[in-house]
Amino acid sequence: MEKFRIFTAVFALSLTALAMLLLTQLIISSLPVMETFGFRFVIESVWDPVKEVFGALPFIYGTLVTSFIALLIAVPLSIGAAVFLTQYISPKLSYVLSFLIEIIAAIPSVVIGLWGIFVLIPFIREEVGPFLIEYLGFIPVFQGPVYGPSILTGALILTIMIVPIITSMTKDAINTVPILQREGMIALGATRWEVITKVTLPYARPGIIGGVMLGLGRAIGETMAITMVIGNAPEIPASLLAPGDTLASVIANQFSEATSALHESALIELGLILFIITIVINICARLILRREVARG
Amino acid sequence: MSTKIRIKSLNGWFGEKQVLKDINLDIEENSITAIIGPSGCGKTTLIRCINRMHEVTPGARVEGSVLLDEQDIYKEDPVKVRERIGMVFQRPNPFPTMSVLENAVAGLKLKGIRNRKLLAEKAEEVIKAVGLWDEVKNELNKPGTSLSGGQQQRLCIARALAVEPEVLLMDEPASALDPVSTMRLEDLIYELKKEYTIVIVTHNMQQAARVSDYTAFLYMGELIEYSNTKELFERPKNDLTERYISGRFG
Repeated sequence: MEKFRIFTAVFALSLTALAMLLLTQLIISSLPVMETFGFRFVIESVWDPVKEVFGALPFIYGTLVTSFIALLIAVPLSIGAAVFLTQYISPKLSYVLSFLIEIIAAIPSVVIGLWGIFVLIPFIREEVGPFLIEYLGFIPVFQGPVYGPSILTGALILTIMIVPIITSMTKDAINTVPILQREGMIALGATRWEVITKVTLPYARPGIIGGVMLGLGRAIGETMAITMVIGNAPEIPASLLAPGDTLASVIANQFSEATSALHESALIELGLILFIITIVINICARLILRREVARG
Repeated sequence: MSTKIRIKSLNGWFGEKQVLKDINLDIEENSITAIIGPSGCGKTTLIRCINRMHEVTPGARVEGSVLLDEQDIYKEDPVKVRERIGMVFQRPNPFPTMSVLENAVAGLKLKGIRNRKLLAEKAEEVIKAVGLWDEVKNELNKPGTSLSGGQQQRLCIARALAVEPEVLLMDEPASALDPVSTMRLEDLIYELKKEYTIVIVTHNMQQAARVSDYTAFLYMGELIEYSNTKELFERPKNDLTERYISGRFG
């Protein structure tokens, strides 16, 4: 018994040590840039490897904005889809449709990226962009010109990638709502829609939030697909139709070509920032869930 | 006394299996009618047919008619039917995302009543009606699920009363409660018949004998015997009834 305890403790501790080691390594390798730029690194918006001036703000902006827009589109879409799949159609049909939605999650990121280049980018350039500029152009975020690769394109690619996760988690959460809860509301004279909005979704809320957070985590860390469509411009464009860049994309793009030690160190610090952002999101998710569970 | 509900030649199926066989039953206004019988005899299905709750269960199908004040409920909007015929379930099912107060008036909110003062008044009225007010008046903003099992079930009755139904259906309402809570619930049910017509399903014969005015004995989907409670328990006419109430099967 005691032996087994030590045995398992080694596994548990080595995994925790691994996480710590990773964090320490990121910090140590970032030190040269931290010493040179200090806090300015995260508020500086110029990224010029040739002149060795490094500011992370464009990438932080790109990462947060693309993920936020992706959530904005994906959350209502996924919840709507999950409600339809669980409440309005037969389990058999639901199984088939759910399978098709989940297949999206199984497509390799690079393949989605290719689709983005050959289908989504032309579509944005020829249809969506001109439409937005014509009808919503008075809002600064929808001003031209439209090249195709853009913050918006990246956000749409992320949307496609996180919809299956959020839909499937929402479906699972809805399926855990006890039938007695729904019947309680039906017996009071509720319509199907009222049962969904007043009982089913509120009861499933912690699970839905969990799914949204998982989707957000995926969106923030996603690299390949978004790198292929976002345009890779280290800028903070006023328009969503202009190219940008994300933390993950710039690391993937520049790491193999980083010639100076400072450039390499700057890329590693971007990784550290990405790591911290995901940790903060995870902590927030846990706090929200704890509050939700305590409330229920 | 007059007939409130008239069940006429009611047949019910779950998929291929027939669970109700030609049930004819008249339920008196302002009385308590108990439906008893062994597990699987169809008593829960029967009571769920009275407010069309069976339609929520996939594969359930019914033929025949149920008349409420001589109007066929199967020809009306089920949502309207359920406003007139309330239901209490086997296990307490308050809504965990709503407070005690919100639970009590959940049905009124469905009807579009938004006035907070009116809702608070109605909540107090129905929570008092089920004898829960003194116990929860300082906990009205806590989740409905924070109460004890017996309190939760009374809250669910209050929730049903708030909609101002004419009939109250109770599907083994005490089956998840301890003896003391059960006693209180039975007192409450007895109290409620002044204003409501009550149909209660129970597997507990003593409970049927204690609270009901009329008792229906159901066996394998058939209505075997139906008469006033005293008579059914003291002088059962059917041999099956006699054997069931004396505890020889069930």
